[in-house]
Amino acid sequence: MRALVFAGRNGKELLRDPLSPLLMIGLPLVLLFLLSAINDNVPNEAFAIGLFGPGIAVLSLSFITIFTGTLLAGDRRSSFLTRLRASPLTAADSIAGYTLPMTLIAVAQSAICLIAAFFVGLPVTANVLVALLVLVPVGVLFVGFGLLLGAVFTVEQVGGVGSILINAATLLSGTWFPLSLIGGTFETIANLLPFVHAVEATRLAVAGDFGAVVPHLLWCLGYALPVFAGAIALFRRQSQA
Amino acid sequence: MTAIRISNLTKDFGARRAVDDLTLSIADGELFALLGPNGAGKTVTIKMLCCLLAPTSGDAVLLGDSIRTDPAAVKQKINLSPQETAVAPKLSVAENLELIARIYGCPKGEARSRTAELLEQLHLTDRATEKARSLSGGLQRRLSLGMALITRPRIVFLDEPTLGLDVRARRDLWRVLESIKGSTTVVLTTHYLEEAEALADRIGIMHTGRLRALGTAEELKQLTGTAAFEEAFLALTESGEQP
Repeated sequence: MRALVFAGRNGKELLRDPLSPLLMIGLPLVLLFLLSAINDNVPNEAFAIGLFGPGIAVLSLSFITIFTGTLLAGDRRSSFLTRLRASPLTAADSIAGYTLPMTLIAVAQSAICLIAAFFVGLPVTANVLVALLVLVPVGVLFVGFGLLLGAVFTVEQVGGVGSILINAATLLSGTWFPLSLIGGTFETIANLLPFVHAVEATRLAVAGDFGAVVPHLLWCLGYALPVFAGAIALFRRQSQA
Repeated sequence: MTAIRISNLTKDFGARRAVDDLTLSIADGELFALLGPNGAGKTVTIKMLCCLLAPTSGDAVLLGDSIRTDPAAVKQKINLSPQETAVAPKLSVAENLELIARIYGCPKGEARSRTAELLEQLHLTDRATEKARSLSGGLQRRLSLGMALITRPRIVFLDEPTLGLDVRARRDLWRVLESIKGSTTVVLTTHYLEEAEALADRIGIMHTGRLRALGTAEELKQLTGTAAFEEAFLALTESGEQP
């Protein structure tokens, strides 16, 4: 119950930030419609809606890292977290309180991106619902990155480090170009990171190839679990310093 | 009845001893002021009593529960107003108060009625719907204090609650503290000596991590043979041994 009360506060803090809808929903939608227009004028397989739609959905989720990290780092700086740590709210309650609203917002973001993709040619099928489910652990992964950044860095640093993460998620996910175009070490590193697997899992779900989704999803979960474990360990350590 | 029993409480940060073998008892309902120059160990003591810092050695028992063995039970009975302003910036004044009340387990309806009552007491009713970040520094500190009182704690720790407040706001806050005196145990740190003299039942003076003296303002003046409390404080916080 305490975690839910705290989750309510965190949701309000995020939704009341005028930048959050702009970056988390506005920017991805602009990119979606822009790429769709490019594809209409200069048809290119890489810009087929079934490929870049899922990529944009994953990109939109990466912004949640910055907002989660900034919120946590801000609470640390203002002593608000000190107040909470002196309260009956446990470390687990706090982590759940940050994660829950961010995950719900991530689901809403994904749904908006996929619905918008319908208007630029994404087939309206039940596969999109599966893709939405696939995007839930991906959203949790980005929330985990945010918690980790917020526990380690200051508010100002979270913005910079988060931007690096967003750029990495963009360039190494195969959203803009097939990774095989560059190949070599770049492709190997990209395949070791979770971003390309998040995009591939979503693309395969949209295409209805559900069996092939699982290994990519497991790759993302393989990152999400240690990222969350690290964030929780740091949070507990700071709580019991 | 004793509300806080501190026994040989010590905190080291590496080679530096921040709190040195502190032993002290505070009675239920007492308003106790902890004074000392910067770096005396006041805030570290409060952080240990609030279960925010683990002691290196020693213990403190708050209303029957140890900060070492049962911090969860301790946290249910206490509240804290930290030294820095600690509010949720994008929540309104009323939402901040309700949030803290509900985190301590207060039902929604009761949280609302307590909030209305406290807003009145702190003269914040007309600012209830404004975002906390839009308040002046002084009003944010007042809200921060309200967040410590909304849970009606048995023990409340106020770490320099009047820092940055103007004279009138400080006097308003004094009135609030006087109104809870007797029913709530208050541990207050402050750099305003007149505040401690006016409000506190007893005063503890810390210097370099040690409790140098303990008593009423009058007793401390007699102890140091000084006429003014400020002189007594200066005498007790000079380097070297206590008088």
